[in-house]
Parts: sequence; structure tokens; C-alpha cells
Amino acid sequence: MTSAVSVSNLSVTYDAFKALNDVSVEIAPGESFGLVGESGSGKSTLLRAIAGLAPVTGGTIRVHDRVLQGAKRDKAFYRAVQMVFQDPYGSLHPRQTIDRQLLEPLAIHGVADGERRILKALDEVGLGSGFRFRYPHQLSGGQRQRVAIARALILEPSILLLDEPTSALDASVQAEVLNLLEQVRRDHKLTFIMVSHDLGVVTHMCDRLAVMQGGRVVERLSSADLVAGRIGEDYTRSLMVASKGFQRKDAAVTA
Amino acid sequence: MSALLTVEDLKVSFPTRTGLVEAVRGVSFTLGRERLGIVGESGSGKSQTGRAIMGLTPGHAQVTAKQLNFDGIDLLSASPKVRRDLRGKRIAMILQDPKYSLNPVMSIGRQIVETLRQHENVSRGEARERALDMLAAVQIRDPKRVYDLYPHEVSGGMGQRAMIAMMLVAGPELLIADEPTSALDVTVQLEVLGILDKLVADRGMGLVFVSHDLRLVSSFCDRVIVMYAGRIVEELAASELANAKHPYTQGLLNCMPAIGSDRHPLPVLDRKPEWAQ
Repeated sequence: MTSAVSVSNLSVTYDAFKALNDVSVEIAPGESFGLVGESGSGKSTLLRAIAGLAPVTGGTIRVHDRVLQGAKRDKAFYRAVQMVFQDPYGSLHPRQTIDRQLLEPLAIHGVADGERRILKALDEVGLGSGFRFRYPHQLSGGQRQRVAIARALILEPSILLLDEPTSALDASVQAEVLNLLEQVRRDHKLTFIMVSHDLGVVTHMCDRLAVMQGGRVVERLSSADLVAGRIGEDYTRSLMVASKGFQRKDAAVTA
Repeated sequence: MSALLTVEDLKVSFPTRTGLVEAVRGVSFTLGRERLGIVGESGSGKSQTGRAIMGLTPGHAQVTAKQLNFDGIDLLSASPKVRRDLRGKRIAMILQDPKYSLNPVMSIGRQIVETLRQHENVSRGEARERALDMLAAVQIRDPKRVYDLYPHEVSGGMGQRAMIAMMLVAGPELLIADEPTSALDVTVQLEVLGILDKLVADRGMGLVFVSHDLRLVSSFCDRVIVMYAGRIVEELAASELANAKHPYTQGLLNCMPAIGSDRHPLPVLDRKPEWAQ
């Protein structure tokens, strides 16, 4: 089976710092793949390397069986792969209307029926056409993230890179955005690569996941394995414990 | 148990060009030497409640209350001098993100010493000793080294520990923690909470823990207040959380994706206008 995204032995180096060290992952078409780890583990760097936003120093990235060289990406790549960033407050242009931000990818790629696509994209993410001529500061965090998702979807890509898409949002808004992402994934048969530090979110959204630590993949497992506790690495287990919430060590205090 | 803090009908509102924005609309609770959680979404008024107690509401805002009483002192009629003396000494506040809330051009040790010398007449050497002890108490392995570091030189978890050290060094009786771990990694979060929990228990402080994470708060606090649109919609013991009655509390609990629960799509909050009444 050919894979949608195939990363083999990838290294990314910032000056002397190895952000990614010999990382390999395979993501099948239509799959939803999770990357978990704490800050500095390289999970976002891996996404950024695929998108051409990180200095790759070794290894290969293949998307739909085409090898990507260096940090240059052609237009065909961006039509197939789009990214949603973490912070919807920082990733939208503050002085452009939603309409203009959605129009930009269409203009770059010379897509003709902009009007129809913008209305369709806004409708898909649950924002009415009333939002079309507003500015980002007039929207809430959840609405902005919906705009960011609409902007990513407007080129009808087949792969979506999601970098902590809900960690800047309230729990209740997070549920809405996660539902939306599942909906668009079903409707468009998208492949997801999703970065999150929240194991609950990743097991909810993804079929398989890779646990990263210090620029390496320490464990690959399926969500079902994780839920059932079939975990091989101590690090994964410590993430699991952390996600269960705070537990008072009563025994230790009284002893 | 005598009340350390009594809040009755607290209101905070901000005059704006488009009219009065009421951030807090009549909040009442009492706090003893216990752990109280305040939970709500962005804009529910939970942080403004904490800030009003601390006296950090912006000058143009209007704060009113039938009673805002800390250990017999009426906070609203107290002079700025009295409030300054309370702030940091008897009431302290931990803020969300150490990247923004520590002074970037002052070493961590000096910031801790500053708090101490503001409120107590101690010699330079003794202040340094106590700051180092405090850094050790928040489980910083090499206090002498960290003392001379600047905030940008330490990680988020370390910065937040330094902030806890700074807030606890003068031995406050009431601690307000405004999302103390939201900016931290999950694994570090638990460490910091563990430290905070131990210090609060050992020193017998009252704690107001403000957060949007209902599960976290319920695992950490004795009692939980749930706020929506500037009002308290429900107050319950943390252990009773599973029996929450208000649909908003239930909604907040249910909308979190949890490991092992396979619910597609996730239940979302259906906000009803009558909740805000």
C-alpha cells in the first residue's frame, strides 16, 4: 500500500540543536495519525518539516510518493497539504477581513470560482456568510479556529496538518472544534496528522499515534492499545498518568 | 471554622464605549482554610473575581460588594496602604504564565527577596537565605544557581515554581492561583500542582484555585464553584461532581474527550440564555 506521507530517517537541526533525530513515520491515506509528547519533543517540528517550514538536514519526506527536496515546496504540494496552527489569535491576519484571507489561497492557485468556494467553506465550518466581511478581532477563539480550518479546506487538500488545533481553546469550545474536524475528515476523506499534548484528544481523534521525546519517536502504538494500557515505554506510561489528572499522594503524606 | 474570606454580592463592571460590561454579577462565597476551586469558561468572570479580592482590578472598573471581608478587614473601604500591606504579605496570587508575569530584567532571587523585604524588616543576608530555602521548598534542585538566573533562562515549569516561591515567601494566609498550570506541559503540570498542594497543606493556607479545567479542579480542591456569565450557577463538594445538577456543569464535564470513552461526536454545550439570568 502506498502511504500518504512517509518520513524516513528525518533529522532537523537548528544551529547545534538537533530538534529531530532520525525520525521515521508512515501515514496511510485516509488515516488519522497522532503525535504526542511534551514541549521540545519535536512533534511540532516534524509537522513543520513536512510543510517545509523547518531546516531539514537529513532523511527524506515523501508525500503521495513524491520525494520533497529541501524546504522548497511547489504549488501542487500546497494544494494537497494544508496546515492549521495552534493559536488562532496569531495565525490570522489582524487587518484583513475573513473574505480576503480565504481569497488569498484561491488567488495564489488561480482558482476561478472564489465566491462559491468561500461561501461553501464558511458554511462547512459552521460560520454563516455573515462572518465573511468581519475582522479576526470581532470573532471568538473558537470562531477564529473555524476560519483557520476553512482557510485550510478551501483548496480541497487531501492531507491536513494540525498543530495543537484546540489547545488555545476552552474545553467546551474544544469539543465543538474536534467534532468539526471529524466531520470534515469524513466528508472529504482527509488524512490527518495531528499534534497534541493531550492524550485524551489524540485517542479521541486518531487511529494510531507516535510518542515523541527529545527529538525521537520512542513508541508507536494504536489508540486501542493505549486505551487498553498495552504500553511498552515508561515515558508513554508517565504521559498516561499525567493525563488522568492530579492525584494526591495521601499514603506518602501520612507515612 | 471561622471564615478567612467572605465575599457577598461581588460585582465588577467595566464602562466601555458601548455601555457597561458586567464581568462579575453578584458572586457570594465564604472561604475558610480550605481549597476552593472556581471554574468557568473564558469570560465567565472567574479571573476577575480573583483579581477583585487581590485588589488588582483596573482603575476604571467599578467594584461593588455588600461585603468583601478578609479576616475582619473590609477590603473595599481599606486604604491603598492597607491593601498594599495585605497584598503579597497575607494575600498572594499566582498568575498563569511565568513568561509574562515575572520581571524579565530582574534575577529570580532578587524578585523573591524584593517581596520579602517589602513586607518584613530583614537583613539582606537573611532575606537571601530565606529565598534560597523557599526555592528549595518548591523542589528546585540547585537553588543557588537558579537564584541568579533571569526568567528567560529557565523553563516554564521552573518559572512557575519560582513564582510559587515568590508568592509563598512572605507566608500568606490566602493564596489565589489563577490558572497556575495552564501554560505548562501535562507532565510538569502535575509536579507543580503536587508542590503547591503540599505547601498549601503544610502551611494551612486558604486557596482559591481559578481554572477552566473542571476535572483538574475537582481532583485538587475540596469545594468547587462553577461560574457562567458572571454568576455562580452551582456550588458543590468536589467529591460530588459526578452528581452535578446544573446542565452547564454536566456539559463542562462531558465535553472533554477522555481516554477510553468512545463518543463520536463529542457532546457540546447547548448554552441556554436562562443560565445567565
